[in-house]
Amino acid sequence: MELHKLTLTELSKMINRGEVRPHEVIIDVFKRVQEIEPKVKAYITLTTDKAYEMARDAENAIFAGKRNLLTGIPIAIKDNICTKGILTTCASKILYNFYPPYESTVTSKLLKQKYILTGKTNMDEFAMGSSTENSGFHITRNPWDLERVPGGSSGGSAAAVAADECIAALGSDTGGSIRQPASFCGVVGLKPTYGRVSRFGLVAFASSLDQIGPITKSVADSALMMNVIAGHDPMDSTSAPIESTDFREYLGHDVKGLKIGIPKEYFIEGMDKEVEERIKEAINQLESLGCIPVEISLPHTEYAVATYYIVATSEASSNLARYDGVKYGLRAQGNDLLDMYMKTRSKGFGAEVKRRIMLGTYSLSAGYYDAYYKKALQVRTLIKSDFEKAFENVDFIVTPTAPSPAFKIGEKIDDPLQMYLSDIFTISINLAGVPAISLPCGFSGKGLPIGLQIIGKPFDEAGILQLAYAYEQSMPWHKMKPNL
Amino acid sequence: MQYEAVIGLEVHAQLLTESKIFCGCSTQFGAEPNTQVCPVCLGMPGVLPVLNRKALEYTIKTGLAMNCKISPYSRFARKNYFYPDLPKGYQISQYELPLCEDGYLEIITDGERRKIRIKRIHLEEDAGKNIHDLSGYSFVDFNRTGVPLMEIVSEPDIKTPKEAALYMKKLRAILRYLGVCDGNLEQGSLRCDANVSVRPVGSQEYGVKTEIKNINSFRFVEKALEYEIKRQIKLINNGEKIIQETRLWDSITGTTQSMRSKEEAHDYRYFPEPDLAPVVVSSDWIEKIKKNMPELPDAKIERFIKDYGLPAYDAEILTEEKSLSEWFEEAVRLGGKPKEIANWIMVELLRILNEENKDITECNFKPSQLVELVNLVDKGIINRNIAKEVFEEVYKTGKSAEFIVKEKGLTQISDDSVIIEAIKQVMDKNPKEVDRFKNGEEKLIGFFVGQVMKLTKGKANPKLVNELVLKILKEQ
Ligand SMILES: [Zn+2]
Repeated sequence: MELHKLTLTELSKMINRGEVRPHEVIIDVFKRVQEIEPKVKAYITLTTDKAYEMARDAENAIFAGKRNLLTGIPIAIKDNICTKGILTTCASKILYNFYPPYESTVTSKLLKQKYILTGKTNMDEFAMGSSTENSGFHITRNPWDLERVPGGSSGGSAAAVAADECIAALGSDTGGSIRQPASFCGVVGLKPTYGRVSRFGLVAFASSLDQIGPITKSVADSALMMNVIAGHDPMDSTSAPIESTDFREYLGHDVKGLKIGIPKEYFIEGMDKEVEERIKEAINQLESLGCIPVEISLPHTEYAVATYYIVATSEASSNLARYDGVKYGLRAQGNDLLDMYMKTRSKGFGAEVKRRIMLGTYSLSAGYYDAYYKKALQVRTLIKSDFEKAFENVDFIVTPTAPSPAFKIGEKIDDPLQMYLSDIFTISINLAGVPAISLPCGFSGKGLPIGLQIIGKPFDEAGILQLAYAYEQSMPWHKMKPNL
Repeated sequence: MQYEAVIGLEVHAQLLTESKIFCGCSTQFGAEPNTQVCPVCLGMPGVLPVLNRKALEYTIKTGLAMNCKISPYSRFARKNYFYPDLPKGYQISQYELPLCEDGYLEIITDGERRKIRIKRIHLEEDAGKNIHDLSGYSFVDFNRTGVPLMEIVSEPDIKTPKEAALYMKKLRAILRYLGVCDGNLEQGSLRCDANVSVRPVGSQEYGVKTEIKNINSFRFVEKALEYEIKRQIKLINNGEKIIQETRLWDSITGTTQSMRSKEEAHDYRYFPEPDLAPVVVSSDWIEKIKKNMPELPDAKIERFIKDYGLPAYDAEILTEEKSLSEWFEEAVRLGGKPKEIANWIMVELLRILNEENKDITECNFKPSQLVELVNLVDKGIINRNIAKEVFEEVYKTGKSAEFIVKEKGLTQISDDSVIIEAIKQVMDKNPKEVDRFKNGEEKLIGFFVGQVMKLTKGKANPKLVNELVLKILKEQ
């Protein structure tokens, strides 16, 4: 049996029933990885030895009667989430040798459940990018078309899930970094409400926007992962003091009468025709399930990209100041302190990271702060209130996840502005702090997956999952696999 | 032309919390380098700060003690700059919305009460320490990184170096009374930067200011400012310009030296700290803290004057340190007369503590011991001069005063016959002086008393000696 092809929900049931042992699972998954990884290159680090150890721990737990949702489940973790004693690079040369002496809160929760870590996945350096081409180590290929990017920055996690190189994965989303690669790779990616999942141990890119979330093969898998990772964390002051719920509870509930807002600003002149068609078909499908589409307006949408690139880069310029060669990571020898700083950071950071550090430093500089950073914060408030107003009248908002299907490797890498625009539909959601999911809603003529984004009210992940599940179960998309 | 100075002080005070401001590490001073560190205070990737509520409470306490408004809503901000002792590359501080604003504290200068306004008090984290050694390499000790630090900024209300010193003393006393900072300038738990400018007397405009850093002792607060004011006036008188800059106080040369000019000043790129939620302080909490405020120096001074009938001068000295004021009150409670006890403390006890460079809490001398000693004087068992001797003995050995008096045979001689015998001996030895006295040189009485005291090794009751000397000489 090809265990690696199973969804998390299916495999969890089988392990729980004793139909399959974690050891068999991990053997099968690593067989798959061996076969596929040379083509896809989803991982930066494979933790094979560790995984076998963890499989043994999982079996012992099962033997002791301590079974949990994720016991014995092979999961890939994005390489910006700290795992104790396991190389965590953020795909940056500056952290090429960084072994965190601590565990992130999310992976601690997975560890408690005795999950199996398959490895740390590739990403754009410090999560800055939309194609995973900005990795300091290698590029990752889209399992549906190896000539194309898997999206980013969680491209490694999305590709690993799509290629069945793991059962589920964790990614992080600052401006679309879970949803856009999920869309490109034909899998399900959820960005929870800001504050829903602890950020402790997530290497910061833009602290006020970053959220960890699951990338999975199905909506039910996403709910299952959320059951484990969501919840207040005293180690993260920005985590919401809100009780977590059983996110699976609403799966299968009727969606009749739910109002879904269709923001006119998201269907723009010149957008990819196939994307537009698939999204319109998806809206029709939702309507046939009993939802009521309502045209709405999110008037400040056009400012989202500019706002985002000021807020995110400003925070990043500060967050990345700690990589100075003094304490850990790369150090280039210099003649004096300043020389050491400059050589270390010049060698350690890639072009996109440097670009963003410079942008952010500029925005925060004396004399520019009011015109850029402060203004951006004000616009951010307006964008947030756009959503608040919209949600007075609708239950969910439905949009495309990305303006196009996966693009070709190298196509946009030399044009940062074009690259930035691939997050145009996902960025506002981070600025507003609301939750959103991307799930497959069909394919382009070239056989590339297209993603549907469902945005919910703050902390209504359960509602999003309910609607997404209803759609998913009524369509065949989640059963499609890339031909590798 | 006459010039006056305009001085504002920026004081940093390390808070006496057990753990650091954003992590659980100990704040103990003097540990081996990098033994009180963790991923959070080392600024490792992915870790997050969690605010120590105690540090917040201490700052609110200080704000209340300094008559500030406590902001119900304040924010932390990042102050960005690169330095090896700053592991994150930014310091978490407060900028736009500090915790406390608009307060004041009072100093008494030339008998006049003056309010020095406090602009703001905010909370931030301390940096580590760079250690340079002879190898040519530098090292960093991160033990101090993340120790909670309070910044107390005064308005430019201070007019003289002496006022600056008084302000610092008052501020330190308040911090120590509150138990929020130990106030040690030498060890750096209290640090003082001064902004100073000069202007013609009567002018309303401010001159160009300089900032003086590295003032690491109380003595230097006055000295550094005196030097800097003179330097600035001299520049003006020579027709030269004062440059807005940061200057470093050098205690060895007694001068200030230019460190960096305004043009070289950092752009700290402050922005709100996204890893910490805004600080919301409820009025309930403020009320609770108010209720638990200890009596502060000003209130205590007033009470000492009123309840114990002490002169203002005594009350101020006795209340400078909370521990000393408590020592005094304990002695009074045990039956000592307030003024008497105050005199002993101010003249003898503080002198000896000063000589030994000690604090009242660091010596074993107990209020009960002083009261016992004073009682011996009151009862006439020893005289005042002998008592000083006994005091030193008690202080040094810890033995009881009574025991020492007995052991050394210091009991006061109040027996008339013994004293008269001594007087006669003195008169026999000094016939010339007796004659001169008879001829009207009355001031010689002092000479006879002194000789009698000498003969009795100071033990004779001086009052009695006085009386008897006069009586016998007159009888002659
Ligand atoms: Zn620490």
